Amino acid sequence: MKVFVPIDAAARACGADLVAAAVVSAAGLRGVEVELIRTGTRGMVWLEPLVEVETEAGRMAFGPMTPADVPALFDAPESHPKALGLTEEIPFLKRQTRLTFARCGVIDPLDLAAYEATGGMAGLRKASVTKPEEVVDQIAASGLRGRGGAGFPTGIKWRTVLHAKAPQKYIVCNADEGDSGSFADRMLMEGDPFTLIEGMAIAGIATGATKGFVYIRSEYPDAIRVMREAVVIATRAGMIGASVLGSAHAFDLEIRVGAGAYVCGEETSLLNSLEGKRGVVRAKPPLPALHGFMGRPTVVNNVLSLAAVPWIMAHGAQAYHDIGVGRSRGTIPLQIAGNVKFGGLFETGFGITLGEIVMEIGGGTASGRPVKAVQVGGPLGAYHPVSDFGLAFCYEEFAGQGGLIGHAGLVVHDEAADMLGLARFAMEFCAVESCGKCTPCRIGAVRGVETLDRLRAGDTAALPLIEDLCETMKLGSLCALGGFTPYPVLSAIRNFPEEFMPQQEAAE
Amino acid sequence: MKDAAPVALPPAPARLSEGIAEVLAAHEGQEGALLPILHDLQAEFGYVPPESYDAIAEALRLSRAEVAGVVGFYHDFRAAPAARHVIKLCRAEACQAMNGAATQARLEHALGMKLGETKGNVALEAVYCLGLCACAPAAMVGDRLVGRLDDTAIAAIAEEVRA
Repeated sequence: MKVFVPIDAAARACGADLVAAAVVSAAGLRGVEVELIRTGTRGMVWLEPLVEVETEAGRMAFGPMTPADVPALFDAPESHPKALGLTEEIPFLKRQTRLTFARCGVIDPLDLAAYEATGGMAGLRKASVTKPEEVVDQIAASGLRGRGGAGFPTGIKWRTVLHAKAPQKYIVCNADEGDSGSFADRMLMEGDPFTLIEGMAIAGIATGATKGFVYIRSEYPDAIRVMREAVVIATRAGMIGASVLGSAHAFDLEIRVGAGAYVCGEETSLLNSLEGKRGVVRAKPPLPALHGFMGRPTVVNNVLSLAAVPWIMAHGAQAYHDIGVGRSRGTIPLQIAGNVKFGGLFETGFGITLGEIVMEIGGGTASGRPVKAVQVGGPLGAYHPVSDFGLAFCYEEFAGQGGLIGHAGLVVHDEAADMLGLARFAMEFCAVESCGKCTPCRIGAVRGVETLDRLRAGDTAALPLIEDLCETMKLGSLCALGGFTPYPVLSAIRNFPEEFMPQQEAAE
Repeated sequence: MKDAAPVALPPAPARLSEGIAEVLAAHEGQEGALLPILHDLQAEFGYVPPESYDAIAEALRLSRAEVAGVVGFYHDFRAAPAARHVIKLCRAEACQAMNGAATQARLEHALGMKLGETKGNVALEAVYCLGLCACAPAAMVGDRLVGRLDDTAIAAIAEEVRA
């Protein structure tokens, strides 16, 4: 009997380890031989811990499981109260276009043979015998854009680094996933680390970089452990190292750990942190592509951008480009979170509407109360009201609406949400996390908290002040932390104006 | 109730300088070695001993002020040992959307302390996102993650740190 129990941090936070132990002990009591495989998560977090049992028809899912539910798995699986049928037939999973996350939740994350057996390594094999220029052309033609939020075309960035002359170039993977509502990077690193390693090795071949770093936030101890082990395994197998898959390309990879600074998700402060400095933002230009780590040409890409690369190399740029809308091509791993019934990761082509995501896929709120606002793109993203539900999920459409898709995390709030409180939190968070380099962010965020407190206390003169302050922060900040903190604040004011007019409340 | 756990004594000076030298040697020649060094020191001693600044500065050819500046910049690095039980409660948006404020109040009540406080063996800290946003509200107790933080889970945490 083959049983799969996730080892993903979210599944463990919901008790997956206890369930796994219960599987072993129940099997022992019955004298049943069980092969227990710890996988990543399928991303259906509301069903975690999700246990799968292999049958002739395919893998059958059971969840959310508790240790008490385990004995019935052995005694009466057909009538199990938590039975969900075939995993692949669960509508949430079936509706997806899983390219980047195809293996996540399916295999043991550190089983390199299983990785290859399920299509892994094909992209790297192709890249290792292709001219660097042609690898870059493939990525450019696929239309892949930075999945960290900025949406910069990945192919153009790579080409800049390819043509830069330097004794040493670097690939830096930004795995400092600090946005609330985002967990795709974590899920991928814990569930399918070799995909990221493969994507980075391809980036190395394409640009002539022979050294890579993955900068992972310290809040992700599980991801750090899995990635470290995966690098050792990949190096031992010759997937990376002095000769990538026996080719003339070398690529060494090192895992680095952040130290609890949100701003290090910004690429230039990440580079400073990697160099061992305070994680303060650098002015651009010079671009990191030319003056990056240690002043040398460096590709800085998000986990999801790099993890999309192996599929593109294996299946061709056109197949990737065929998915999506407008200038947003390929798939986007949406992370549906907060007060939502079916929370989790949903990978799909660009173009799906916000309403479909929240109501159909997410099933509306977990509390059962009406949706009030959806924050899209992390703590720097706008609060969208229900009237925005027609927006198609892609870079341009959200930018046109005063928002951003960011790292594609969505946090759903029900009608209990206090919009002024959330606007204040955005400023408070910016004040805590500001690197202090530029004044609009460092001072502005503190003034923002104070001004919103004045507004809360009934001082209406504070409203034009906060709008003016937001304008200054937007235009005057060096990076997206100060520059985008106005998005949640201004969108909350624009979309929920009644909550920012305390004088009416006082008059009632 | 059990006797209070003995207070952790600071490491003896000899042990300290030996530990610092070992960590520095392990990172010789590494590019941008300061953060990895600080992480290792904290793993070794439970905090980054200020006594290490001079040795780090010399090894990396930095000034003592630069080392102190880096230690001070990052939330993770501590100048003194942490409490025996560190509970980190997520305060970010996804957890707020799932009744985060009420959860915080209940946890504070159960532990008899406020967020940001350390009392005896227990510290209650804020954290901004553990990546458990689809099973919010979330917390971290020591190195154990807890999702769907309800009253039962809160009671279990209070029980655990009291034991």
